[in-house]
Amino acid sequence: MTRTLATSRRVLQQLSHDPRSVAMIVVLPSLLLWMFKYVFDGSPAVFNRVGPQMLGIFPFIVMFLVTSVTMVRERTSGTLERLLTTPLRRGELILGYGLAFGTAALVQSLVTSTVAIWLLDMDVNTPWAIVLFAVTDAVLGTALGLLMSAFAVTEFQAVQFMPLVVIPQLLLCGLLVPRDSMPEVLRRLSDVLPLSYAADAFTELGSTSNFTSTLSKDLVILIGCCVLALAGASLTLRRRTP
Amino acid sequence: MLNSPAIAVDRLTVIRGKNTVIPDLTVSVPSGSVTGLLGPSGCGKTTLIRAIAGIQIIRSGTVTVLGGPAGTPAARARVGYVMQSDSVYPDLTVLQNLRYFAVLSGSDDAAMFQAIDDVGLSDKTDALVADLSGGQRTRVSLAAALLADPDVYLLDEPTVGLDPVLRRDLWQLFARLASQGKTLLVSSHVMDEAGRCDRVLLMREGRIIADATPDELRRDTGEDDLERAFLVLAEGKGAS
Repeated sequence: MTRTLATSRRVLQQLSHDPRSVAMIVVLPSLLLWMFKYVFDGSPAVFNRVGPQMLGIFPFIVMFLVTSVTMVRERTSGTLERLLTTPLRRGELILGYGLAFGTAALVQSLVTSTVAIWLLDMDVNTPWAIVLFAVTDAVLGTALGLLMSAFAVTEFQAVQFMPLVVIPQLLLCGLLVPRDSMPEVLRRLSDVLPLSYAADAFTELGSTSNFTSTLSKDLVILIGCCVLALAGASLTLRRRTP
Repeated sequence: MLNSPAIAVDRLTVIRGKNTVIPDLTVSVPSGSVTGLLGPSGCGKTTLIRAIAGIQIIRSGTVTVLGGPAGTPAARARVGYVMQSDSVYPDLTVLQNLRYFAVLSGSDDAAMFQAIDDVGLSDKTDALVADLSGGQRTRVSLAAALLADPDVYLLDEPTVGLDPVLRRDLWQLFARLASQGKTLLVSSHVMDEAGRCDRVLLMREGRIIADATPDELRRDTGEDDLERAFLVLAEGKGAS
């Protein structure tokens, strides 16, 4: 546990030496939401329908990118190899990363939700549940980023996994059209993509003020996906390499 | 000196891609001494060290470190590996880097500051590693191994690019560690560093072509200069 926490602290210290990235993580989603609101100035219903979804999608995308690039850097710079020659266990390293970016995600979603609800008058009933799902989405992004970093040899490739991993999920998650109206094959595909459940939850959050069973189900599925991706990521960390 | 070697490599074969980097290599490193692993770049020094650190996929053979197989949790706790590249975090300060490695190895602050002092970086603790010179970064990387107080040090070209004064200081540090009973395997492609070792392994094309003390090398080849001694050995055995 101490080694997990030390890893989280180390990752957050690295982040703190990069104020520009911190600013982008904390402020960028709010700016984009603000822009989104005024693009649809004429039809506020659109902002109220899609806005909450964005609160869940931004942290997912940002944390996916930040994590996969950081992890590829760790792999290519030799520090990962060195860590694997110390008593640090692979699970401790992966959990440390998850915890660090989960913390960054918490700050991000607190700021973004505050801006959205109080400054941009987004109409949501349960702000705490919004934050809960935003953080879960962020951890999911981190977990998938850690997993995908295993398949990237360079940071350039890691960035290009974004369109591969994120955009299909954005198209299929029900953000653009309800999943029920998609062709059968695509709907079935969307059933196994985690972001579908995040989008589902944010749709539900927009229409209800209770923590419904749908929300509980979505949360359990999302957490399950996080656990699966983190376990997969820790399996991709090979101690012995060619 | 203890009789059982700290490191025993038996019939090690490593194949990377289509190349046989190490064909059937057997060698041992005595404990409580500084053993130099010398040879030209590309001869397999790093691959051998990685195999001893337990992070190299090997085709066959065994690598025993301190009586147990290489790379196990027990071995990792007692082996310090310093890679050729500075494997520390450039975006952290010297102290932040070393604190992290100290927690990983369960070392205390005293050991950490001693390590910083040993590598002569006491005045740089709050500097960002990215702002340091190449030689200073190498020393941060070395300190990250020192603070764990391992029994076996695997140092891959630790003195490359350092100024002569620092190189001398580091070799003195290595000798001091060896006198405390630690085992050091130090690789280098600079032959004049062979003279600073208790024992020298000359490596060429994945094979050990000599395993002797510097004096024995000079005597056996009739060459005073170790660079020339290497040439004699390489030309004598490389053709076979």
